[in-house]
Amino acid sequence: MLTKRIIPCLDIKNGRTVKGVNFIDLRDAGNPVELAKQYANMGADELVFLDISATLEGRATTLEMVLHVAEQVNIPFTVGGGISSIEHVDALLQCGADKISINSSAVKRPELVNELAEKFGSQCVVVAIDAKEVNGQWKVHLAGGSIPTDIDLFEWAKEVEQRGAGEILFTSMNHDGTKNGFANKALAKLSETLNIPIIASGGAGTMQHFVDTFKDGKADAALAASVFHFGEIPIPELKKELKKHHIEVRL
Amino acid sequence: MKLVILNYGAGNIKSIQFAFNRLGLDAVLSNNPEEISAADKIIFPGVGEASTAMNKLKESGLDRLIPNLNQPVLGICLGMQLLCNSTEEGHTKGLGIFNTVVKRFSNDVKVPQMGWNVIKNLKSDLFSGIKENEYMYLVHSYYAEHCAETIATTDYGVNYASALQHKNFYGVQFHPEKSSLAGAKLLQNFIEL
Repeated sequence: MLTKRIIPCLDIKNGRTVKGVNFIDLRDAGNPVELAKQYANMGADELVFLDISATLEGRATTLEMVLHVAEQVNIPFTVGGGISSIEHVDALLQCGADKISINSSAVKRPELVNELAEKFGSQCVVVAIDAKEVNGQWKVHLAGGSIPTDIDLFEWAKEVEQRGAGEILFTSMNHDGTKNGFANKALAKLSETLNIPIIASGGAGTMQHFVDTFKDGKADAALAASVFHFGEIPIPELKKELKKHHIEVRL
Repeated sequence: MKLVILNYGAGNIKSIQFAFNRLGLDAVLSNNPEEISAADKIIFPGVGEASTAMNKLKESGLDRLIPNLNQPVLGICLGMQLLCNSTEEGHTKGLGIFNTVVKRFSNDVKVPQMGWNVIKNLKSDLFSGIKENEYMYLVHSYYAEHCAETIATTDYGVNYASALQHKNFYGVQFHPEKSSLAGAKLLQNFIEL
């Protein structure tokens, strides 16, 4: 059976890991390659690198980082953050990224999804969606969740699927950073209305939250950052716990 | 050992090259018929859309070269699918090495299949030292139907051929270059064939 995926997310600025990472004896916790290797060894199924560099130079450094990750890491990884052109995607894939994720740029110019899917194949096009529930309505937000739009989460997700997205990475702004669990109702609705994989993001605090998002949220994968980076949830233990709840995982 | 990765403009070949580097081997990217014919082992990669990839193969003349190769050839993902008789994707005629057809998954399952699934009924030296039900990483919307040349199977809504072999031609639907230690073992086995 296809297993549920556990995906640590690393924020990258100028080719270095940002936010504290403090879970294991690393010589250099700011080195994304070393961190990625550790996660691969621990049984992470995939990795996501989110580039938060603000400058062109910073982005160029990230490209180099991608090359080094591809050189040394033997599991798939996605790169996202500030991607808005075919050329940029081409460069990332040439450096060995398996998938790229786009977010605000797809909202601004939805044809980008079609263009990327046609040129590189749906399998490498992840559309990330940040959304917030306000008065019972899920609205898409841009620029890391800071700019609200009038776009409905479910309609937008359906549209990007039709345009050729291979996967959706849905982050609930209501849950992100709370450690109170994932947005399982919205996730389940996405999973039932769409026929592409859905990655749950935002709200991981305990192992039970992962159980719930796979069972109640019907998610295909779950992404988290700090609970992994600070060793609050070791991936091998998490997978054993999921297995105990009859959730198929790679052990 | 001269290892060549067919470079015809389709796919994430960097990852395959790096995977061999990790095994201490250099792999050359090439679309040069002489260099390819002189290689000991050949990797036929591929991601993306089938008819586009087949057109690229034709432009480079590799569509005529590949079926005549005598050394071990390993098709990966779309590379494997293009070695079959045909694929529903873009109604594309394949190279006809594997006597089977490639079909789209039904919508009873999410498409693409994306992630780690197990391979079973392993029947080839390619899997030497790899256990039954080992996990491999797969990303695909189309699958090869079973045939006499099936050497591994996987379940995803349907039970399909996740690896094939005909004489010196091998094909795997999964990505060994992205499948952790088990994937590395398979690449090592291919080198030692």
